[in-house]
Parts: sequence; structure tokens; C-alpha cells
Amino acid sequence: MSTLAAHAPGVAGGGLSDVAASEASLRRFLHGLPGVDAVGLEARAAALGTRSIKTTAKAFAIDLAISMIDLTTLEGADTVGKVRSLCIKGKHPDPTDPDTPQVAAICVYPDMVATAKAALAGTAVQVASVATAFPAGRAALPVKLADTADAVAAGADEIDMVIDRGAFLSGRYLEVFEEIRAVRQACERGDGTAAHLKVIFETGELQTYDNVRRASWLAMLAGADFIKTSTGKVAVNATPPVTLLMLEAVRDFKAATGTQIGVKPAGGIRTTKDAMKYLVMVNETLGDDWLSPNWFRFGASSLLNDLLMQRQKLRTGRYSGPDYVTVD
Amino acid sequence: MAKKNVAKDVPAAARPVFEYAPAPESPAAAGELATSYGHFIGGEFVDSSGSEALKTVNPATEQVLAEFAQGTEEDVDRAVAAARAAFADWSALPGSERAKYLFRIARIVQERSRELAVLESIDNGKPIKETRDVDLPLVAAHFFYYAGWADKLDFAGFGPNPKPLGVAGQVIPWNFPLLMLAWKIAPALATGNTVVLKPAETTPLTALRFAEICRQAGLPKGVVNIVTGDGRTGAALTAHPDVSKVAFTGSTAVGRAIAKQLAGSRKKLSLELGGKAANIVFDDAPIDQAVEGIVNGIFFNQGHVCCAGSRLLVQESVQDELLDALKRRMATLRVGDPLDKNTDVGAINSAAQLARITELAAAGEAEGAERWAPACELPAAGYWFRPTLFTGVSQAHRIAREEIFGPVLSVLTFRTPAEAVEKANNTQYGLSAGIWTEKGSRILWTADRLRAGVVWANTFNKFDPTSPFGGYKESGYGREGGRHGLEAYLDV
Repeated sequence: MSTLAAHAPGVAGGGLSDVAASEASLRRFLHGLPGVDAVGLEARAAALGTRSIKTTAKAFAIDLAISMIDLTTLEGADTVGKVRSLCIKGKHPDPTDPDTPQVAAICVYPDMVATAKAALAGTAVQVASVATAFPAGRAALPVKLADTADAVAAGADEIDMVIDRGAFLSGRYLEVFEEIRAVRQACERGDGTAAHLKVIFETGELQTYDNVRRASWLAMLAGADFIKTSTGKVAVNATPPVTLLMLEAVRDFKAATGTQIGVKPAGGIRTTKDAMKYLVMVNETLGDDWLSPNWFRFGASSLLNDLLMQRQKLRTGRYSGPDYVTVD
Repeated sequence: MAKKNVAKDVPAAARPVFEYAPAPESPAAAGELATSYGHFIGGEFVDSSGSEALKTVNPATEQVLAEFAQGTEEDVDRAVAAARAAFADWSALPGSERAKYLFRIARIVQERSRELAVLESIDNGKPIKETRDVDLPLVAAHFFYYAGWADKLDFAGFGPNPKPLGVAGQVIPWNFPLLMLAWKIAPALATGNTVVLKPAETTPLTALRFAEICRQAGLPKGVVNIVTGDGRTGAALTAHPDVSKVAFTGSTAVGRAIAKQLAGSRKKLSLELGGKAANIVFDDAPIDQAVEGIVNGIFFNQGHVCCAGSRLLVQESVQDELLDALKRRMATLRVGDPLDKNTDVGAINSAAQLARITELAAAGEAEGAERWAPACELPAAGYWFRPTLFTGVSQAHRIAREEIFGPVLSVLTFRTPAEAVEKANNTQYGLSAGIWTEKGSRILWTADRLRAGVVWANTFNKFDPTSPFGGYKESGYGREGGRHGLEAYLDV
């Protein structure tokens, strides 16, 4: 049992099973987690951002980053044609080099899941669907659950849900906890399997690092498979310090429970240089165990083309340009 | 650990998935090195009157970088005479004119920062990451900051038109060669003094390169003079009768000797000496950030920091949790080639310092403390010491009392805030301290009771030219930096 868990009141020696027994016990636990010093956290994230990733390390990291992308389109203007073309891009990111890895998943709205599923049939690329009244999450619970079940029924491999930030910010932690639990149930397919559940915090709305740490533990206790920073739909999306804090949370959760949880920063990660910084954070905070698409993802759209351009540069020694990667 | 170090002792299957390829900064960026150097006196590079030469080596390779002169009494006399001759005109310049030179020096330092960073790293052994991101930005910042004071001395709180002292004799250490030069020279020049500076005998190269910058900036001849050599040269400088002010940063033993030498003279003296700082972690500390602060406190610059957080005082109730996290973090420190941009801990500055660290660490084990260091192979050549942790340390152990000046952390525990303060203050030194707690009132309560010149709260080893720095007790007297730093160079 991790000493971090022991650090929180109400769980010393008792494990984490009864933490959510009541609103009071859950609140005691979350507020008993060690505080986060903002200056120190940001300094550490910035320091890791100065690592110099060159040559063979860069080639490795570019391919790893491509394989970790949830290639995303979440627009009101999405059409069947747009989603299909994105799926083809995800399967063959660089038509000039068949050795380019495939992305991890294509991320779409629930009504596009069937289209994506068909377009990706026979590949290892997953279909991820946002759900639960994404991005605001402002709907009644039955609507959110129906939204989720619909996406799962259409074949979604992964569900990206949003938490109720209003409930979280007003301190109704148990409500958030139970909602995650319910969505997790809605992810079950009836054959004993379930869609993977990613829980989005919208950290730009939670604002404080203490809130992000509490939300991380709340979601992990409630059964999230992944914790995810953002929807990409608000002003502040994934940042290195927020992601670093969530990496520390999954590290501590594994030490406390033995259960490994994945992390997905999303929104605002557009360049290879950014992606390298995130991979360095994963490497130096969590190490080998998390350096795979099973445990770390990038929620991104334009990142892929920048990675492809850098990959071509490493391969050919020349910079090409945006006309040498496909726009989908 | 650095890539090349992993291969030998870790089986292939256990090698990290994501290995960083070497990312070396080019040693050629340091610019041309002469095979031998003389002094910088009266605006010219001159030969020593004596024939003795010393060698400076790259501590990461033990290769000789250059020879330099062992300054004689005659050399020191020439340098002091040059500084005295320059004093009248320099001190008579309007402050705004002196400021122009300092601003110019600051800008040239910025422009040549890569060259200076690489040169410092080669001569000192510290990682390029630190010279690039810490030393050089601070050097420029000190010159900019004191340039700003030069025409505002009337408003510094020392009365109208405060007068400079004359010739300042300055002796600096090897741990931050160029930064300590900046701490000494910038306030001295801003206040109208002229300077004879002696760099340390293991790290003379950046001071000699700085002499070039003085020429490039068109600084009047004799305002800054650099005389190299070992302690004999330093003693000749501090003893010189025409030196009006002595500023020394270094060991307490030498500081004590200088204080004796100067007793009864009219020379003004400031001393910045050793330390044995307590880094106090309360049970409500932000643990992850405290771990970073502890690592930064003791492993920054290989622990060659007078204000290093070399004693970790941790509240017993969080000891296990904190030490687990600290060890996990220490295992990710990359020790090796200082010029690799991903190196966190570089080479120990000299064979003599390595011997001292080794001896004290051995004493720690012999006295019964428990030693721990992450598994990492060290390069074959050069001077290296693993980042090391001692637990089970008591106040009576030598490693809790003596300044190790290396990457060695002594861990002690406490039960109550009062005990933390008592143990933190129970040292002959008083240079710095750190407090880690989420509770603001506890920070203030503790800081009020710590007898240390600098107290950091939820951070460590943060420096800024606007902030005064200096010690209590055997850590010295006088302050450097900030408005307070002006006083050491004014006749007030």
C-alpha cells in the first residue's frame, strides 16, 4: 500500500475500497491528498522540456508519438466523407512510406462511430467516441448514458466521457464519482467485454492544480481506464504541468492499488517538439511501463502532419513542406 | 543515467525503451584557448614576473586545458597600482557613464553566452544545461541590475553622494567562477571602485575571457584587473596595503585567516563562507515538489554550492514516503559528460575535492549512517561521485556538521516544528535554509526562527540579483546582491 494513500485521512490501513462510501469520506480523502505547489510543478515541467532529443532517440520518439495519436475530428461540420478520409489517413499516415506506424485510434462523435468502424475494419486502429453530452456535459444522466450506450452499440472501442465540472466545482464529488461509475457500466457490451473508458476533466475549467489531482484520484477510484486533460473545446487545453501532475497521479495510484491507468493530454499539442516534451515527461515520471499506446495517447489532429514532416526530414535529410503530407 | 553508462551493467532486456541519444554541445563553441595565459593588468594581457605556471584541467577528462601564471607579489603589486591609477578617473565619472560600461558588459555577456557557457562547463565540470540556463543568465542579470544602480546611489539609503572605497581586492571560488566574478565586479564598478580579482586556481579561464570582454566594452584601463594563481596570490592580494576593500567567497578556514590578516587595518571586509543548510520538510508539504526541491538543493552543481541544502530535515511521519519518492527521483538523474545537454550531474571540480567528498562519505559510513546511491556507472577518466544519500544520520555525525561540498545528502528527522528549528540552527553555519509546507503561517513561524541569511519557502537555490545573499555565524558577514550589496563597496 502506497504511503501516499496512507497519507490521506480515512484510508490508513483500510485500503481504498471504502473511500467512496459516503460524500464525507470521499471528500476527506480527496482533500487529504498532498497539495501541489504550482511554481514547483511548472518549473519541473519546464525543466523536462529542455531535454535534447536527437537522431536515433528522435526517430524512435516520432514513431512512438504517431502510434499514440487519437486522430480526432469533432466538428459540427463532420460528414461521412470527412470521417472516412480521416480513417484512411490513420491507417496509412504517410503514403510515401508504408513503414510509418498507424495511429492508435480515430476519435469522432457517436453518430460517426459506425462509419469509422466500417472504414477501419480489419485494422488495429481503434474507434474512440466522445460521449456524455460532449463537450459541456450539460445533460441529464439518462441522456448521457444513452449517448454512451449508443456509441458502444455502434461499435466504439473506446469512450471519451466528460465529467460534470459544475458538480465537481461545487464539491459534489460523490455525484461525479457515481456518474463515472454509471458511464462505465454503460460501456459494457453484454458479452463480458467493455469499451475502454477515458475520463475528461476539462482541466482548463477546473483551474487549480489541486483540483486536477483530486479529479484524477476521483476518476481512477471510479474505474477510469484513462484520464484525459481536455476536450479541445475551451481556451486552455492540455499543458505540460497539468499532464505532469496527472502522470504523477497514475504513478501513485499504481503504487497504491497495483492498477495501471493511462493518460491522454488533448488539445493544443501541434508540433513534434511539443510531443517530444510530453514523451520525455512520461519517460522520466513513469518510465517504460507507460511508453506504449496502451497507456499514453495524444488527442490531436494537426500534430500528425508535423510528426510526418519531421519523420521525412530524418529519413531523407531534407525538409519537405506541408504539400508533401496529406490534408484530410 | 547517461546512455553510455547503461550498457555495461544492465542486461539488454532491461534497457530503457526510450534512450536519449548523445546530444553533445560542441567544445569548439568555447572559442580558441591559448596554451598559456598571463595576467590582465592595466587593460593589457601581460606575462607574470615569475616563472611558475599552473595547469587547469577539464575535470571530466583530466586533460590539461591551458597553463596559467602563478601570480607573484610583484604581479599583485602591479595590478593594485594599475587599479589605483584608474580609480580617480573612474570614481569621478558620473554614475550614468559608469552604467553605460556595465550595460555594455552585460550585453556582450549575453551575446557571447554560448561561448562562455561551454568554456565554463569545460573548465569547471558542471553540466552545460546549468551554465546555459543558470550561470550565464544570472551573470548578465547582475551586470544589468548594478548598472541600474550606478546613477541612483543617492537613493540607496546611505545618504547623499556615497563615496567608493578605492581598490577592491576580490578572491573568488571555483564553484560558480563567472557568476561569483559578476557578484563581485558588478557592484564594485557601479559604486565607483576599481578591482583586482583573483579567480580560483582550478577555474581561471572564464575570468580571463571576461578580461577580453572588458576590452571589447572599452572599459578604461586598470578598472578591472585579473591576477591568477593559488592561495599565495590571494594572500598577497588581501595583504596589499593599497587595497581598500577585500571581498572573499570561499571556505570558512581561509575566511578566518583573512579576517585575522586584516584585523587592525582600515580595510573593509566582506566574507561569504561555508554552509550546512537545513531543508525542512513538514508533513503537509507538497511532496512531489519537495522532492524536486531537495534534488535541486543538493545535486545542483554537484553539490558544490555554499548554500546547498545538504541536511534534509524531514518530519518523521512522512519520512518513508518522502525517501521512497526521493530515491525514485535520484535514480533518474543523468550523471556524465558535462557537455551533453541532457546531463543533470557533471564532474567533481578537482581531484582534491573528490578526495574530500570521498573521505567524508566514508566517515558517514564508519559512524553508522546508512549509505544509498542509485546504480550508475561513472566514466573511467575524470573526477566523479554518485549522487548519494545518507539516512539514519544524527546531529553528532560528521556528515551532519561539516560542509561536504559535494552531491551527498544527510537525512535527519524531527517530530515537531520546534525540534526542526532547533536542529536546523544547531550548526556553526547560517547561510541558507529551506521550508516545505502548504501552510503559510508555518512558513512564517519557521522562517522567523531560523538563523540563516536566506530562507527559501517551497523552493530552493533560487537566485536573483535583486535579493541580498549572505550568512550568519561562520557563514560570513556582509551581503551581496540587491541594494544591500552596495554597502560593501561604499564608504558608509
